Amino acid sequence: MFESIVSGLGGLTSGVAHLASAQGIPNLVMLAIAGTLLYLGVKKGVEPLLLVPIGFGCLLVNLPLSELMDQEGFLRTLYDAGVANELFPLLIFVGIGAMTDFGPLLENPRILLFGAAGQVGIFLTLMLALALGFPELEAVAIAVIGACDGPTAIYVASQYAPQLLGPISVAAYSYMALVPIIQPPIMKALTTEKERVIKMAAIKRSVSRETRLLFPIVVTVIGGLIAPKGLPLLGTIMLGNFMRESGVVERLTKASENEIANIVTLFLGLAIGATMEGNAFLKPTTLAIFALGFIAISLDTVAGVVFGKIVCALTGGKVNPLIGAAGISAYPMAARVVQTQGLRYNKKNHLLMHAAGANTGGQIGSVVAAAVMLSVLKGMGLI
Amino acid sequence: MDKWTFGLTLMIVGIGGTFLTLWVLSLVVDVLKKFFPLSSGEGTPGKSA
Repeated sequence: MFESIVSGLGGLTSGVAHLASAQGIPNLVMLAIAGTLLYLGVKKGVEPLLLVPIGFGCLLVNLPLSELMDQEGFLRTLYDAGVANELFPLLIFVGIGAMTDFGPLLENPRILLFGAAGQVGIFLTLMLALALGFPELEAVAIAVIGACDGPTAIYVASQYAPQLLGPISVAAYSYMALVPIIQPPIMKALTTEKERVIKMAAIKRSVSRETRLLFPIVVTVIGGLIAPKGLPLLGTIMLGNFMRESGVVERLTKASENEIANIVTLFLGLAIGATMEGNAFLKPTTLAIFALGFIAISLDTVAGVVFGKIVCALTGGKVNPLIGAAGISAYPMAARVVQTQGLRYNKKNHLLMHAAGANTGGQIGSVVAAAVMLSVLKGMGLI
Repeated sequence: MDKWTFGLTLMIVGIGGTFLTLWVLSLVVDVLKKFFPLSSGEGTPGKSA
């Protein structure tokens, strides 16, 4: 009888005993990281929709002996249901498409090229990741942090570097939230006072309903033909946008941008947090991934602003190069940063609509860049 | 294929492919705007259409 009481009590204390042992140190560190993520999400408002579930998932998976990520565990079930097969990021893309107004971009379609310039950091970071010794597919997954697009980073990482999914996802969302801090110094350093105060002509309304309606179909077909490996990414974002523009499936549009996106965001965050188990996360590669993610987003901004300067020179000073910084996918944050910086140097200079065009171009650009990358990898026989 | 050949190939084709795809899309939007110009009744700004 006494022995069974002791054994029973052993079951109640085994979790504490594990944490207090040397084996528990990684879990303790990860519990502190989970606390930091929750603090950032709740107190500082840093991407709370993602960081709160990620932080809580991280907390759950690092409480010892809980078996939540074992076969048939609750978090493993979520992971297998929507992350391992890329379903969750794609469902979020439907919501993003439903929320996005491509109007400013369609008014001036050439601004799409800013969305391409804003992806150059992806490819430069790829070279850096290779130089640091990452294998090819891991380097690709890390470089895609530079898309400034959480779902795309998760989509690529879950397929080709699932062992890095946790750090890549956290880095992607953290740096997206830090865009207002990362971009302004780069924008200032690369432009002259004269360039920063350039006023751009107001956008005139010129896009018909038919054009808005056909745009998502055209992007899907052309993008799908050029880069078929990325069709799930392009197809889902454009499905959401087509539903929005059609105006005939308002219930589906609302569900995509609200209920579905909210539920999937919760599940996705928890499942990503569940990949942050101490022994898997606490490695030098995690630090390298965070450093490369920062470099990727900085290089995107550099490339965007330099492209803006080139366009400014080619158009005889009609384009403010600051809008190049909005060619990344962090929407609408990057556009707001450009607007704020434009007003800082000229109180009457409103760049928001131009920046919003470049920013939505960045959303398409990030998906196209990932799609092109995957299709080239397929062409090379690596996937 | 060594990793530098891999990286350079992906970088050149990737950047080129991204620019090319988006440039083609911008041209197609121009064509769409020509074929479907804004009619006078659509001039009032709305939510999205």
